[in-house]
Amino acid sequence: MKILVTVKRVPDPEQKIKLKDDRIDLSAANWQLNQFDEYAVEAALRLTEDARNPATRLGEVTVVSLGPAEVQQQLRAALAMGADKAVRVDSRDEDLDADIVARTVEKLVRRDSPDLVLMGKLAADNEGNEVGQRLAGYLGWPQATFASIIEVVEGGKALLVGREVDAGVEMKKVRLPAVVTVDLRIVAPQAIKNGRTPPDHAYPEGPRYASLKGIMAAKKKPIEELTLAQLAIQPTLRVRTVSVRLPPPRKAGIKVSSVQELVDKLHNEAKVI
Amino acid sequence: MLMTFFREEHELFRKSVLNFVEREIRPHVEEWERAQSFPREIFRRCGELGFLGAHYPEEVGGSGGDWWYAAAWGEALTHGRCAGVAMALMVQTDMATPVIAELGTREQKEEFLAPALRGEKIAALGISEPGCGSDVASLRTTARRVEGDYVINGAKCWITNGTRADFITLAVRTGPEGSGFGGISLVTFPTDVKGFRVTRKIAKIGNHASDTAELSFEDCRIPVRYLLGEENRGFYYIMQNFQGERLIAAVSAVAGAQLALDETIRYTQERTAFGRPILKFQVWRHTFAQLATEIEAARWLTYRAVDLYNRKQDATREITMAKLFAGELACKVADRCLQAHGGFGYAEEFPISRYYRDVRLITIGGGTSEIMKEILSKRMGWG
Ligand SMILES: Cc1cc2nc3c(=O)[nH]c(=O)nc-3n(C[C@H](O)[C@H](O)[C@H](O)COP(=O)(O)OP(=O)(O)OC[C@H]3O[C@@H](n4cnc5c(N)ncnc54)[C@H](O)[C@@H]3O)c2cc1C
Repeated sequence: MKILVTVKRVPDPEQKIKLKDDRIDLSAANWQLNQFDEYAVEAALRLTEDARNPATRLGEVTVVSLGPAEVQQQLRAALAMGADKAVRVDSRDEDLDADIVARTVEKLVRRDSPDLVLMGKLAADNEGNEVGQRLAGYLGWPQATFASIIEVVEGGKALLVGREVDAGVEMKKVRLPAVVTVDLRIVAPQAIKNGRTPPDHAYPEGPRYASLKGIMAAKKKPIEELTLAQLAIQPTLRVRTVSVRLPPPRKAGIKVSSVQELVDKLHNEAKVI
Repeated sequence: MLMTFFREEHELFRKSVLNFVEREIRPHVEEWERAQSFPREIFRRCGELGFLGAHYPEEVGGSGGDWWYAAAWGEALTHGRCAGVAMALMVQTDMATPVIAELGTREQKEEFLAPALRGEKIAALGISEPGCGSDVASLRTTARRVEGDYVINGAKCWITNGTRADFITLAVRTGPEGSGFGGISLVTFPTDVKGFRVTRKIAKIGNHASDTAELSFEDCRIPVRYLLGEENRGFYYIMQNFQGERLIAAVSAVAGAQLALDETIRYTQERTAFGRPILKFQVWRHTFAQLATEIEAARWLTYRAVDLYNRKQDATREITMAKLFAGELACKVADRCLQAHGGFGYAEEFPISRYYRDVRLITIGGGTSEIMKEILSKRMGWG
């Protein structure tokens, strides 16, 4: 199976946000791989290996990112985990919106014809949660979002995807090629069944750590560099940032002495009941 | 990041270790501190991921990386906020094993070093004794040659990983009584040898998750092929081996101090008294500015030593200074940071209290601060 995984670098979500000139000041940002994208990489690797012998690849995983030269670090991190190759499309973060990203990935998909595009369900910076859906629309491919289970069925022609919904897990069958975005539980020990790894195999929880061997090997893996122009993408933003403001600081809480007082305050002051 | 020394692959390695530490070590620290031990499995996982052999040659199962990998490893380990686990792992990678890579025969590398780097065998370094620590040349554990064997008698004290080590890189006296530094040898000692006993596990004020043992040897027979290098050259090898040990201690001292200071600054930003954050009191801002400056100075002294050591230059002077300076500084940082936490600094639930207890070892283990000064002043020709 040939899988394309999109990855994005995001500022460390634990870092305090500072504003400067009406924008989020990212000059001291500690960039990292978006967590859900890391999960997508892990899912792609589990789909393309036999866990009993992970050194022998059963498929090919390409990671793609749009961003400045420094994004190479995040691409290398994915290669160090075990992805086979990478593509970086040169761009500045401020020149991108979800639509441009989706259209760019569309071009790459049409060029490389993967069987599956795996993506994180959203990026932790703006929590957009749009690119996967837009991409599936542009490609005219089936999609399954928020996947927490993926099972390869019909001899590799389709996927059974479990999606977490409020009432439980909804199972969907999607024909390949397809776009699947993944949720947190996709990295649970038995979330993925690829038909090769024994179904009772349990992975350690979470995305794998890059081994030093993997890191050394990643140095030799290819990163293709492209520009938006080469992919014939017009970088016209559909979404513009008008201004950025911090949310108002939260007021200190109060202590109430009785349930009656609590109910009074909720009713008369907060007006929520 | 410090692109001058740490390249992209070092940073990826650091990230991977940090990830591992955050997910597999940090959440369990309280439990392991209480249990006074941590799972063997941690050694194995670290071995599997190539963490233990990063800066060892590929022939012995390492990855052939340079010493900046050791530096990244030592720094990342401090993020577990548990010096006990960090020390146990650093004994495995940089204290008990380098001398085997340096001097061991092929058999010794296969039997001891390679499984240690895979995390399958736990290693310990046995030099100190109940009767001597600083004065290594006076050690009394003897190894007599009997028919192609060494017969070992004596005791060792303070041995990290000692209660469960599979082998010990052991210093013994092969010369006659009173032979001083000229009569010491190093051997690889498997702990399943008859006559070997863990006398006790020492209760300590800190590093609780790490076991520290007193060991006894009664007519323990090991084959002479377990000798490391040449007989009676052990003192010289130990002094060499101390360089890497002290250097990783300095690296980890600086990183730990930085972490403690960063966390304290965050705490004092949020904690208020007299209507403002503690950090807004000038006395604390100035204290932290001073400590940040000293940590930066310690870092660059340490990196200077790492750079020399990495390029196989004589680094004894710089390493000794770095261990001395960073160790004393870390203790001072811990003291001030605890103070800035007020009562919470004294409470077990805050990592700073553990740091305060753990950090105290740095000016003692691997050679005390006094011994560092002794080495330096002798090198300057004042002794
Ligand atoms: C938690 C822990 C783990 C350890 N792990 C190991 C291990 O794995 N392997 C191992 O071999 N050892 C280990 N050690 C032992 C450590 O290396 C020794 O404790 C250290 O070298 C000091 O020796 P000592 O304890 O015998 O102190 P002593 O040598 O008795 O020193 C007592 C005091 O006298 C001072 N002093 C000594 N000589 C001089 C001098 N010439 N001038 C001025 N002052 C001097 C010392 O600085 C110290 O302050 C460990 C120790 C601890 C506490």
